[in-house]
Amino acid sequence: MGAESTSTTPRDDPAAQHAEPAAERLETTFELNGSGVRLEVAPRMLLTDALRQAGAHGTRAGCEHGVCGACTVLLDGEPVRSCLMLAVQADGCRVETVESLAAADGSLDPLQDAFHRHHGLQCGFCTGGILMSLTALLREDPAPSEALVRDTLQGHLCRCTGYQQMIDAVLELAGGAGGPPGAPDADGSTAGGAGR
Amino acid sequence: MKPAPFAYHRPSGLDEVLELLAVHGADAKLLAGGQSLLPLMNFRLSRPAHVIDVNRVAALDYEQALDDAREGGQRLVLGALTRHRRLTEPGFERRCRLLSLVGPWIGHPQIRTRGTLGGSIAHADSAAELPGALLALDGEVLVASSRGERVIAARDLFVHHLTTTLEDDEVITGVRIPVPAGREGCGFAEVAARRGDFALAGAMVRLSAAPAGDGSLAEARVVLIGAGPTPLRVEAAERPLLEGGVTPASLEALEAAVRSGVDPTPQQAASREYLVRVAGTLARRAAEQAGADLAARLGDDAAGRENGSRHGR
Repeated sequence: MGAESTSTTPRDDPAAQHAEPAAERLETTFELNGSGVRLEVAPRMLLTDALRQAGAHGTRAGCEHGVCGACTVLLDGEPVRSCLMLAVQADGCRVETVESLAAADGSLDPLQDAFHRHHGLQCGFCTGGILMSLTALLREDPAPSEALVRDTLQGHLCRCTGYQQMIDAVLELAGGAGGPPGAPDADGSTAGGAGR
Repeated sequence: MKPAPFAYHRPSGLDEVLELLAVHGADAKLLAGGQSLLPLMNFRLSRPAHVIDVNRVAALDYEQALDDAREGGQRLVLGALTRHRRLTEPGFERRCRLLSLVGPWIGHPQIRTRGTLGGSIAHADSAAELPGALLALDGEVLVASSRGERVIAARDLFVHHLTTTLEDDEVITGVRIPVPAGREGCGFAEVAARRGDFALAGAMVRLSAAPAGDGSLAEARVVLIGAGPTPLRVEAAERPLLEGGVTPASLEALEAAVRSGVDPTPQQAASREYLVRVAGTLARRAAEQAGADLAARLGDDAAGRENGSRHGR
């Protein structure tokens, strides 16, 4: 994982495939889901690829030009496209990926659980990025409006087109147990979601 | 879909940025938010030999209110590293109404956390919101190089698609915007395939009330984005507003002036004819919104004065 000697060129290291001189590799250190990571990377390696190299395979390389959102991670708590950042730019930062959500015993966090119950995913390719964007949203506003949820989801493409179930999942969470009583129509949208 | 190799520089001070630009300027790209540069590099449309990452240059990340000795008003100065997200924060509309209005339309939330004011303006996409807003605000960019500093007015900055009058060794350090002394109303409308994607076209209108408070306009700006090779100010569309305020007749005249004043480049998803038509419609909507916005604020003032006089009794 990362920090290989430059004489080996593992197939999953896109930078190594281009056989750049050892001098061009830079050390980058960041916190990944609570653990320290040190990588030696070519300057041009995208953060997406570095995260995958570090074992965070839930971060997907989709369009690689900032449109699809599948590579979205949290950088110092804020959602960013990891395909539009260089790995070296994460130096000294805190990175959270979808792997950080479930507990060590595999039990799902409330957002994942709501996605599960509402069938908020089909093939799952886009899901890691979507969960991270929504995690940032819910931290900032535990009871977001539907408009805000939609605004957040507009930064993501789901080609299985399951957006409505994702919205239902978040709104249920927003108006659910522990949430403010009487959140308008939260019950109605939950029932609608369950009926689908 | 990976960038071509480059040498990476991460200066921490502005002096260091200027030195690097003096040496590598012609072969270098400044990396700020990266939300436009990295897609181009991933596609290999841009292959800089040197990338100068300015994200850790604290001198580019600031906000100031400056007294403007010449006009007795104030100017807002925003550092080049101001992230788009800042424009959407509560309270920002009191600092710049138009920027706070266009903020939520710049990219997606996940883009706004990284993208920067200076980066978007230097990139100079004619369909982007911030270059247009800078023009509509009569703003200026503050520019530095190892040769010295200069100020470029927005109207002298944008030359063509993705082309500005910035030299290879120059960096935008900030943006300076006049803060109007009187009340202001703003409107913005755009169309895009998906909200947050690049606009096909958009319009922004800024109206300043005359100090007299009689409802007449001191100033009007009508700026179109995605309707030409640069953001486009259509002065012929401002005249009917200045002469008659926001009325059905002036809106009609504005719409016609916009349609004959724009020069859109056809795109895959939008013909020239469509863009001309939609530019007029968007300008009309933005002008209606700006008129209503100004009326509401002048109404607030009148209500405030009434309250004040009641308290005074």
